[in-house]
Amino acid sequence: MAAKLLGFCEELRGEGVAVGTSELLDAFAALSEVDWTSREDFREALAATIAKSQDDRRVFELLFERYFFRSAEAEAVQHGVTEHQEGATPAGEGERFDMSELSEAIREAMEAGDDDRMRDLARLAIAAFGRAEGSGVVGVDVQRIRRTLGLTAGQQPPNEDGSERPPIDREQLTGFERHLRRELERDLIERTETLPPSRPLAELDRALPTSPTQDLAAVHRAVSQMKRRLATLGHEQRGRKKGQMVDVRRTMRASLETGGVPLRLRYRPKRPRRPEIYVLCDVSTSVTSASVFFLSVLHALHDSFRKLRSFVFIERISEVTEVFEHERDFATIAQRISSEGGVADVSGYTDYGRVWLEFLTEISEELDPRSTVIVLGDARTNGREPHAEVFAQVAEKAGRLFWLNPEPKLYWNYGDSVMAAYERHCDGAFECWTTKHLENFVNVVAGAAPTPE
Amino acid sequence: MDNGSVAEVKEALAGVGYLADEPAALVSFLAQKLDKPVLVEGPAGVGKTELAKALSRATGRELVRLQCYEGLDEAKAMYEWNYRKQLLRIQAGGSQGEWEDVQDDIFSADFLLERPLMQAIASPEPVVLLIDEIDKTDQEFEAMLLELLSDFQITIPELGRIEATTMPIVVLTSNDSRELTEALKRRCLYLWLDYPELEREMEIVRLHAPDLPETLARRLVEVIRMVRSLDLKKPPSIAESIDWARTLLLMGAEDIDQETFTQSMSIIVKHRTDIDLVAERVGVKLADPLRAES
Repeated sequence: MAAKLLGFCEELRGEGVAVGTSELLDAFAALSEVDWTSREDFREALAATIAKSQDDRRVFELLFERYFFRSAEAEAVQHGVTEHQEGATPAGEGERFDMSELSEAIREAMEAGDDDRMRDLARLAIAAFGRAEGSGVVGVDVQRIRRTLGLTAGQQPPNEDGSERPPIDREQLTGFERHLRRELERDLIERTETLPPSRPLAELDRALPTSPTQDLAAVHRAVSQMKRRLATLGHEQRGRKKGQMVDVRRTMRASLETGGVPLRLRYRPKRPRRPEIYVLCDVSTSVTSASVFFLSVLHALHDSFRKLRSFVFIERISEVTEVFEHERDFATIAQRISSEGGVADVSGYTDYGRVWLEFLTEISEELDPRSTVIVLGDARTNGREPHAEVFAQVAEKAGRLFWLNPEPKLYWNYGDSVMAAYERHCDGAFECWTTKHLENFVNVVAGAAPTPE
Repeated sequence: MDNGSVAEVKEALAGVGYLADEPAALVSFLAQKLDKPVLVEGPAGVGKTELAKALSRATGRELVRLQCYEGLDEAKAMYEWNYRKQLLRIQAGGSQGEWEDVQDDIFSADFLLERPLMQAIASPEPVVLLIDEIDKTDQEFEAMLLELLSDFQITIPELGRIEATTMPIVVLTSNDSRELTEALKRRCLYLWLDYPELEREMEIVRLHAPDLPETLARRLVEVIRMVRSLDLKKPPSIAESIDWARTLLLMGAEDIDQETFTQSMSIIVKHRTDIDLVAERVGVKLADPLRAES
């Protein structure tokens, strides 16, 4: 068993879960305390000691199923045990399965929420469809089997004899689909005798937040962290010791504690200066997919900072501070910006050079070393003059300038992207299309090590 | 409950009003068996802090609580020298005592102010130590905790090492607002608490609002789940379900119809945009079946 566990941990490590020796020792210690025969306890004990985050837990669940199923299979092959599906369902004894009966049984199991039974039925369903007929793509097969069984969420058509059937809960259906998927995956593993290539979690991670409010909430969280860090780090802290004023009154007061000896000097508290932030956000068609995300970042920034001015630009620049200040609802803001942002009247091609020129003439006098400029854009100029020297002037006047690019670093400077020309003048340029990136940006701004991706 | 099985732990927790699910009971059991701290994560209001309190009630141990916040430091979490007392000692014994004596004396346990962590370690009776919302502190503080969590000891430069005489049950909670360090996680058992299943939530609600009729409780939990399935900024927590159940009792409601729902909705939804969304989606749904029935 020890060897099995070690092998399991080895696989977990392969999937990027950090399993240290101490975790392993804990796992063994935990296992000596629980009942091994209970699958639930066994798994939970392992999970509590090995998987130390939600993400790890997800990987753990997937691997746990796969690993222990496979080792069981291997044992079975070794000992010449063949699988036979006996008595899994009342309808399952014959060679051919009656589709409608199977479908009924599944409905019942779903209604009862019986997990084990659903699993058995899922295996039956797969067997009924014949393993060879599968398309080989798990997702496709799952849907095909579900459709053939006539299972859909929501209200159900009445039975043939006219009696009502209870509606199927979407969650329960997903539960059944999950079983199907798992069984199909197992099947695939068995047939090909290899683990499927590393799962597409990374792909999911890449997906842009598609504007649901919870993503919005995540952005808000990241930004509120950013607020604290911008306020307490950087310029405001420089020269803190210098020019501190002794507060005589408070020092005397404090000295009473120590018998009138002013042991401890009290200083006048320094009021932290409010950071001034200017955000420029590209809303052209080339960044359409990211602009919702950017707007939500803007929205969150407005929530946190009083002194914030925001601009959107395509060909020209347009200030939208007011829109954000007067409207709380994100959806309305997005709509108002697209309708009256003042950028709708142009060709739809970004002209970064012109944007800098306009920004400089309009705002430059207000920029000072305390101000932070954040640009959200892809730096694709559509072949127009980038005016990097004007950008340099902006960068010089502002205390700090950051660039958040919605494209992966790989694509920077390909085609009409002139990121390199601008990047030189930035205090930092980051790829940013998920909240994770945003957090990363916040961390870097705060001077911490970037979080590993 | 100090000995026994997972089932017994679960029962003991239920006995003090905390309905734990399988993983929670198992981890609580392991925490006592292995003397390891437990890190509990999960959305706000699923009963993370409550778990620690229940553990303390079930084991009959005292609960020592350290609420974390940004800027929490050693002096407030572990110990502090009682500066005033030290000064008094110096002034009082200045004439006769040798300086060496005084020096040794003022850095003795008598002059130490115990803060929660120290209390938990030094307590002669075993305690339950709750370190609440660890994610609110900074990484430095986490690092400071490591010695305590792995060896149950605290090193005070002037005094030396203070080891725990009894093993505390340590529960750390986190709202997942920040990734905790690997070093901290390695020392803990991990438990993710999530919103409970329908049946379990119903039991919880009925436990805390025993006068609520079963049908109403079921309806309530169903509505709560409906609300949770919407895309909200802040989905209602278990604590809010319980509050809502009590509110319904006070209102003397017999069924959750559209009217009662709109009146008491603010108990479970606490963002303006969320309220609009919930009123629009759930309120309408509640109206429909009633019309169909009548």
